[in-house]
Amino acid sequence: MTEKMTGAQALVRALEQVGVDTVFGIPGGAILPAYDPLYDSTKVRHVLVRHEQGAGHAAEGYAQATGRVGVCMATSGPGATNLVTPIADAYMDSVPIVAITGQVASPLIGTDAFQEADISGITMPITKHNFLVTNAEDIPRTIAEAFHVAATGRPGPVLVDISKDALQATTTFSWPPVMQLPGYRPVTRPHSKQIREAARLMTEAKRPVFYVGGGVHKAQAAAELLELAELTGIPVVTTLMARGTFPDSHPQHMGMPGMHGSVSAVGALQRSDLLIALGTRFDDRVTGELSSFAPNAKVIHADIDPAEISKNRHADVPIVGDCREVIGDLITAVRSEQADGRKGDYTEWWRTLNGYKETYPLGYEEFADGSLAPQYVIERLSALVGPEAIYTAGVGQHQMWAAQFVKYEHPGTFINSGGAGTMGFSVPAAMGAKMGCPDKVVWAIDGDGCFQMTNQELATCAIEGVPIKVAVINNGNLGMVRQWQTLFYDERYSNTDLQRVKRIPDFVKLAEAYGCVGLRCERPEDVDETIRKAMEINDVPVVVDFVVHQDAMVWPMVAAGTSNDDIKYARDMAPNWEGGE
Amino acid sequence: MSRHTLSVLVENKPGVLARVAALFSRRGFNIDSLAVGPTEHDDISRMTIVVNVEDLPLEQVTKQLNKLVNVIKIVELDNSQSVQRELMLIKVRTDSESRSHVLELVNLFRARCVDVAPDAVTIEVTGTTDKLEAFVRVLEPYGIKELVQSGMVAIGRGARSITDRSLRALDRSA
Repeated sequence: MTEKMTGAQALVRALEQVGVDTVFGIPGGAILPAYDPLYDSTKVRHVLVRHEQGAGHAAEGYAQATGRVGVCMATSGPGATNLVTPIADAYMDSVPIVAITGQVASPLIGTDAFQEADISGITMPITKHNFLVTNAEDIPRTIAEAFHVAATGRPGPVLVDISKDALQATTTFSWPPVMQLPGYRPVTRPHSKQIREAARLMTEAKRPVFYVGGGVHKAQAAAELLELAELTGIPVVTTLMARGTFPDSHPQHMGMPGMHGSVSAVGALQRSDLLIALGTRFDDRVTGELSSFAPNAKVIHADIDPAEISKNRHADVPIVGDCREVIGDLITAVRSEQADGRKGDYTEWWRTLNGYKETYPLGYEEFADGSLAPQYVIERLSALVGPEAIYTAGVGQHQMWAAQFVKYEHPGTFINSGGAGTMGFSVPAAMGAKMGCPDKVVWAIDGDGCFQMTNQELATCAIEGVPIKVAVINNGNLGMVRQWQTLFYDERYSNTDLQRVKRIPDFVKLAEAYGCVGLRCERPEDVDETIRKAMEINDVPVVVDFVVHQDAMVWPMVAAGTSNDDIKYARDMAPNWEGGE
Repeated sequence: MSRHTLSVLVENKPGVLARVAALFSRRGFNIDSLAVGPTEHDDISRMTIVVNVEDLPLEQVTKQLNKLVNVIKIVELDNSQSVQRELMLIKVRTDSESRSHVLELVNLFRARCVDVAPDAVTIEVTGTTDKLEAFVRVLEPYGIKELVQSGMVAIGRGARSITDRSLRALDRSA
């Protein structure tokens, strides 16, 4: 069936056809034709944000909370360039989003026309793929291709730049279009020979560890992971992007590895003789100094992206495939090993690991002056709000504490900016997550630095009826940078003090100005009551200003560029690796 | 380091060369030589890329290239199993006395003289990098006024074609 319509109408129809229900965006000159039919759509809800960066992060939050493709829309030039940061963020964390931008009319492209920017050129290195569309008839097919590319294989951001004349021209619409992607063939089925070899190594290893990354949740494979872990009895570490993919309460969970990982998780990796890396990419924040990372371990590396395998660390057993299929096949292969009477014996290993866990639990320092420890706030938040909620975080100290002190039990309940480290991520991401999962409680755990980058989206939340809750961990500083200045720059606090004493801005008043409820908490004894009060308000967004001590630091820590073996669990305090054995 | 010749089949669309070039520069690889042109199939262009890298980074760059949606197929052409050619145009200073010496060299290298002026000749020569370098060396004493060189193009020996299977993939998607 074909119908005559404008390119703009075809765009909206195509979005409806691929199942889009929410678009975050801001109109402007070049994208204006698209906003006219969008006004009439009963299937697509457009959320008018206050800054395009907010639209991009909201699309990311929506995508990560729902597992569906998030969509953001902007006009040409500055509208499009404001999307660059969230697109880069989505690229680093493999988040499926489609960004639709208006472009100046095709005869004007390349003439430095008003609000012209070469956004497809700009986003080339930070998108999985992008398209420039200048013919109306190409719009439906391109939208279908964009959503297909974004969601399949290793997910990622796709940008579709559409010239204004293509939106205005008349075309015929038919669905479904025939996709033309001859070069795009993601491999999802793992190789059976590699699976058997992996199972054999797992049986023979004495000190194996599952090193689990964000890819496992993206493949919807948390249940399979739990089954495989329990079948083998092998310990599990979950990276920043994988928090919640394996339950924190499970006895086989060793914590988060990396620069601010737990001693037990870092120690498990370092002393391992076999890493079973699943949907993870040996990021420098996990490996520390690469040459001394898990020096005695063989590596089984499973990932859907062949380019990740052996990129940073040589894989002895490379497995290209979707993690759900990989783990499913591993379960079968391990079962067959066990049926032949071959089962791994990790008793000694667990003795060591349990020693680490008991000797070096996560902890923090309380302050004698009765001021708030930020870790305490987050610990109580987790205890009172519980593991069914979705937590988002920005970047910095509060993010690491949110990763350490919230107890995650379910996959996809911690949404943060991992690879790119984008300050200002959490408020718009929480908005997107809440719109995707309206029945879930969504808490944005934010820092006062981050919060000031994107809090304009509180207006969007208040107006659109998106009652997120924001816990501002307000230490009055760019805390993580200050921590590095404390440790590595002689306590010379160059440009990290946000001048909290002047209370500019006053976050409670700011929240109220945005039509939200603002609360403040400055003493440990008020924390529970404040959180409860925030939990009772469900009709408008709530912002809680938790005024915390500025000298709290994130521990444990592996200093940048040093070996994981040199982890400190508090300042100048190194674990005694042999002690527990 | 060693030289590797990659034949990359790509969709014949605007911007594909920019994507490939950007990928090399972003991942920190230098391209020694690059040639792009049409193939026997209208929808497919072929790039011949010569890179000077170790085996491991080569594997990484090949995998990254494969991830580009517009890249259809990548084949590394082995030197001994393929024919490799570059084209060079050289303008050499000559006078009535030296011209015949230069033309003798042109014959020896199976090159061709494509333009003659009173004080210069322009020569066209094709061959492998080694041959072209040798030719330039023997001409240098006469004075090279200008030199322009193409990227390398290469094709596998024997009857098999690297485009066959890719074309079938293209037909399936159409």
